[in-house]
Amino acid sequence: MIRFIFRRTGSLILLLVAVSFITFTLFQLGPADPASAACGQECTPERVAEARVALGMDHPFLIQYIDYMRGLVSPRMIGAPGAESICQWPCLGKSFQTNENVSDIIARSLPYTLSMAVGALVLWTVSGVGLGLLAALRKGSATDKFIVGAASVGVSLPIPVTGLFLLLVFVNQLHLLPFTTNEINSPFGPQGPWAWVLNYLLPWVALAVLFSAAYIRVTRTNMIETFSEDFIRTARAKGLAPRTVTFKHGVRAGITPVVTMLGMDIGLLLGGAVLTEQIFSVPGLGFTAVRAAISGDLPVTMAITMLAAFFVIVANVVVDLAYAAIDPRVRLQ
Amino acid sequence: MDTQAILQVENLQKHFPIKGGLFSPKGSKTVKAVDGVSFSLARGQTLGLVGESGCGKSTTGRMVARLMDPTGGRILIDGVDISQLGGRDLYNFRRKVQMIFQDPFASLNPRQTVGTAIAAPMLAQKINPAGGLKSRVKELLEQVGLKPEHYNRFPHEFSGGQRQRVGIARAISLNPSVIVCDEPVSALDVSVQAQVVNLLQEIQRDTGVAYIFIAHDLSVVRHISHEVAVMYLGKIVEQGPREDLFRDPRHPYTQALLSAVPLPDPRAARQQQKIRLRGDLPSPANPPSGCVFRTRCPLFGTLGVEQQQRCISDIPLPASAAAPACHHAGLDSAALAGVQ
Amino acid sequence: MTQLQPSPAGQPATRTAQPATRTGAFLDVRNLSVKFPTDDGLVSAVNGMDFSLERGQTLGIVGESGSGKSVTSQALMGLLKGTSARVTGQALFQGKDLVTLPESGMRQLRGRNIGMIFQDPLSALHPFYTVGHQIAEAYLVHNKASKKQARTAAVDMLGRVGIPSPEQRYDEYPHHFSGGMRQRAMIAMALICEPELLIADEPTTALDVTVQAQILDLMSELQEETNSALILITHDLGVVAEICDSVLVMYGGQCVESGPVDEIFYDTQHPYTLGLLKSMPTLSSSSGRLNPIPGQPPSLLDLPKGCIFSARCEYAALAGDGVCASQRPELVVEDGHGKRCHLRGPQIVTIRNTR
Repeated sequence: MIRFIFRRTGSLILLLVAVSFITFTLFQLGPADPASAACGQECTPERVAEARVALGMDHPFLIQYIDYMRGLVSPRMIGAPGAESICQWPCLGKSFQTNENVSDIIARSLPYTLSMAVGALVLWTVSGVGLGLLAALRKGSATDKFIVGAASVGVSLPIPVTGLFLLLVFVNQLHLLPFTTNEINSPFGPQGPWAWVLNYLLPWVALAVLFSAAYIRVTRTNMIETFSEDFIRTARAKGLAPRTVTFKHGVRAGITPVVTMLGMDIGLLLGGAVLTEQIFSVPGLGFTAVRAAISGDLPVTMAITMLAAFFVIVANVVVDLAYAAIDPRVRLQ
Repeated sequence: MDTQAILQVENLQKHFPIKGGLFSPKGSKTVKAVDGVSFSLARGQTLGLVGESGCGKSTTGRMVARLMDPTGGRILIDGVDISQLGGRDLYNFRRKVQMIFQDPFASLNPRQTVGTAIAAPMLAQKINPAGGLKSRVKELLEQVGLKPEHYNRFPHEFSGGQRQRVGIARAISLNPSVIVCDEPVSALDVSVQAQVVNLLQEIQRDTGVAYIFIAHDLSVVRHISHEVAVMYLGKIVEQGPREDLFRDPRHPYTQALLSAVPLPDPRAARQQQKIRLRGDLPSPANPPSGCVFRTRCPLFGTLGVEQQQRCISDIPLPASAAAPACHHAGLDSAALAGVQ
Repeated sequence: MTQLQPSPAGQPATRTAQPATRTGAFLDVRNLSVKFPTDDGLVSAVNGMDFSLERGQTLGIVGESGSGKSVTSQALMGLLKGTSARVTGQALFQGKDLVTLPESGMRQLRGRNIGMIFQDPLSALHPFYTVGHQIAEAYLVHNKASKKQARTAAVDMLGRVGIPSPEQRYDEYPHHFSGGMRQRAMIAMALICEPELLIADEPTTALDVTVQAQILDLMSELQEETNSALILITHDLGVVAEICDSVLVMYGGQCVESGPVDEIFYDTQHPYTLGLLKSMPTLSSSSGRLNPIPGQPPSLLDLPKGCIFSARCEYAALAGDGVCASQRPELVVEDGHGKRCHLRGPQIVTIRNTR
């Protein structure tokens, strides 16, 4: 077990280095010119050159990269010679646009994204697995056909469509829900958890509609297969109650593909959240990343990309651990 | 017998490395799936290879057909060692040894007509039979008891027995000298099994092909084989002519195996002396020292300390036609039962 | 314990079962039929089965794939309830009709009064729970006991089925067990509530022959100990000859012949049974051609009007008038030996001797 975590942490670090290097390189190859963007309206070649020095872009590519990576381990000085300022660990650099510490920007946007992600995740997992299971148990019935039908509609609805539709109906027309505000980004804030739920309910639903459709289908297929397994017949032959047969023997055996999907989707969520955050104007990571990418703000883009990679990898480790918890045969390896 | 042997296998070995973890070097341990197997097979004869699951009988068969590479030893076909062939030579060799598998459905492509499936080996070997490929396939279909009009049918339209006939037609299409039959009738119902066994015997009579017949069903093996080899944990423990081996088994494992076969004869079953093996097959990754069978051997407990010591420390000589691989063979099953 | 465990030479003749009286039998199955609606039509898997069984008896149900033997056992266990299968007829067990009993009532019987063992112990055991847990679970459903008591009972049972160091093996998972040990664990699970009826569906088919012998010995021993009734479903006539008192031969969802084991083997009455026996190679038969039954089993979607076996029967002409093809024979029981065939006794003797 310890060896497993040890090995996984090792590959985590390697992967983060690779991801950061690729992002860094892509940025260098891209058309963005942060220096001219940073120097503003009246740009003389001299001022652009000054800006390049201030941003550290006068150094060769590899030096820039190594400097950047150094900041991840220790504090470093940043800025033009003579006008340097200290960037505390963990130093993700300073925004080319606002000269703010990137770590502050991340710290500000992350709660919004987490608020979106956690709720949506819970909502789609519960509804996806629940409906999928129900469909599997009632295989061939009208309920099954309805759920499967709804799922195939849900999966083909893009987020902008569901999102705007929800906004239109529940906020503009029915006035049932407030327009999403940026003041609430945590259930532990002064407005309390209920306000948090109401505030994010629409984005959650928009995300969940898209994702739960896939969960319904995967759960349904796997549960139908599992319910036809010999060990389910054995469980029935023992005289166990249907509930025990379904949940203790059936669901535990059929749920592993759902866990895998969940692991991949937690990573995807950051990507998926970009659109949702735009539509509902939530200043989360996705929202910030889009703005940074457009304005050529390398440090912010780098940081968010690496954070996303970090989430994906951590989610995968969690999935592996969950697998071992569910299936004792995995523990062998 | 050796002078007319079509196939000779000498000291054949297949060792699988156990995958090492992060801190244990690879290849430090091996599973000896097949460990020093030798036998020979004459033209037109059948060698039955029996033993329980995990004894290495299928691995042996696959190595003879070169579907698996041997770790050591020699496989002589017509006196030529094919155990290390590669590339062009291996391709040419494929004509000589063909294989029939247990599950004919799994070994047929469901989207391919039966005619195409049977023609595939001839196409692969670029053989153009006189009269054309299609008529040769139809001829083969008739030879295995199917109809020429089955040419355009798909595997799912056939019953299990018929599919196995297709598998046989494909295997004989290149006129091989040896066919390795790996549990060819195990998946079939008794009445159909008899049809396929009869067919295999007819083909052998007509073409002089030699079979390695791998099966766990001793009755079928006894029926079809001329020679029989009994395997246990990667080694042949006893081999010999069918009549001798079944009438007078000498290795305690063979004796136990034979006495475990349920007889379709209730009176005989009630009177039969039964030798029951205790426990399970030891792990092939960690086989017992000395004689691999000693941990389950019914004879072992009856031996004196010195004799037991020999079983623990000395590996018995490989089984030959003259003697089984046992230090103390000779006590017959009746004497064994009397030991109780 | 010695290393050798020969069973006693020669079983007493009383082992051969007497035909059960029809009234008040322990298990009395009458006209049991199972049909499955499919896209291609109605599959008649079981067509009018009649048999009865007493405690302490072992009944072997023999047949080839598709003969309906497994479906019969599932119908008796009530495992077809809640599926699309249509089960009709009657199966009286201790005064209760297993066919009409609702699922909740059936659940009370399953595991407690009727135990079941399946073919492949690896897939029949849940891969994610320890072997001991699964056995204890079976005990806990039907007994008011603490988890500790259930554990003790399960460990005890594991020991009784011959699993060494049961206390340790209790906490191991099915994949740690060998095939034979898994089947022993299955038996322990089926027997932990000491059911009066045990149904074993091909319990040794997936096992090697030396392990099969161990398992068959074990089942006989335990059955004698508990005086339960055993229904053994198999395709292997050898297994039947080894441990059954009476035999029921199935073909195309019907019982074609039934009776005490010796009569089935030595006074065979039905051409199908005869064909099965003659198509088997044995350890003592001389080589030469085997005598397979020609043709294929009938489609259960469209059973022939006459005798279900008539299309493959080489003796259909003997009965005359094409009666075999036009009229389905009834199961006629004489002195406990039943056969479903138009041929008369002397004709059977003739065909038995012609081969």
